[in-house]
Amino acid sequence: MQLSTLAELNAERAARRPAVLVTDVASGEQRLVKAAAIARDPLSDELAKHLRMGKSGMVEVNGKRLFLNVYAPTAKLVIVGAVHISQALAPIAKSLGYDVTVVDPRTAFASPERFPDVPLIAEWPDVALPPLNVDHYTAFVALTHDPKIDDPALLHAFSRDCFYIGALGSRKTHAKRHDRLRAQGASDADIARIHAPIGLAIGAVSPSEIAVSIMAEITATLRLPAKEKEQAA
Amino acid sequence: MLNRDEDILKAAEDWHKGGHGVALATVVETWGSAPRPVGSNLVINDEGTFLGSVSGGCVEGAVVTEALDVISSGQPKMLEFGVADETAWNVGLSCGGTIRVFVEKVG
Repeated sequence: MQLSTLAELNAERAARRPAVLVTDVASGEQRLVKAAAIARDPLSDELAKHLRMGKSGMVEVNGKRLFLNVYAPTAKLVIVGAVHISQALAPIAKSLGYDVTVVDPRTAFASPERFPDVPLIAEWPDVALPPLNVDHYTAFVALTHDPKIDDPALLHAFSRDCFYIGALGSRKTHAKRHDRLRAQGASDADIARIHAPIGLAIGAVSPSEIAVSIMAEITATLRLPAKEKEQAA
Repeated sequence: MLNRDEDILKAAEDWHKGGHGVALATVVETWGSAPRPVGSNLVINDEGTFLGSVSGGCVEGAVVTEALDVISSGQPKMLEFGVADETAWNVGLSCGGTIRVFVEKVG
């Protein structure tokens, strides 16, 4: 690998931008395809598929064996609300490889006893969220049920292009939230990005089951092509 | 999308900038049970120092030895380890899988 390629790859990763390294394993010839350049690449279909699945692998193109190594940022999960569901959600997300952070200004909820081994920020969203560098590789869930906390958190998520945004609450609660967010300047398109009621419909009852349904919905959003995603929702 | 190898590739870059010969080994194919997924990296410098992994520790020694060759020759190599391979009994993938590892020089 050329040093310049390695430096370029490291720069992309430091910026949390995905890239795919294409190596001809017979000749050692190599090129780095940045995410933004995939659409106009001759291998665009293969590259897009591998990137979406987060899966590296060998492909054969015109008799050449090419190895596609996918370098994608570690996914983050930001949980707003140190509630009972979050206690189940955080360890499930961690086992799926997510970097998890829990935010809740209510110190009675955001206590290390309730959340061992999870980074916990007992601050209001306007203080807690900006330093987290929420980005496209972030799933964002608002679970406090308290508009004072959930609403500003959701407004922050809209501005950061999160791949998944979910909020706890019934259809009725969500209709009220829609009006409140609209009044605070959010667009209908922004609000439509919220998965609410949160989670896949699996008949979840307990906090742990709801956590499973949330994590399943996040996984579907991450992995399924757009068309099948609509069917799953 | 999960990637925990960031510091490894950064180390490779830093080693090279510090004047070391550096090789990068990557798992490119696996069959059966393999401890590290395709795409996993191991980086090696000319002093034999290495970071990362391509297996559960079973074949790293052999990969490091080959990597030192690659650093001096500059020619990439494809290595294969598996139970069907005579040498694998010596090097040993105890899990019973087969892996192919591409080793290339950096710079």
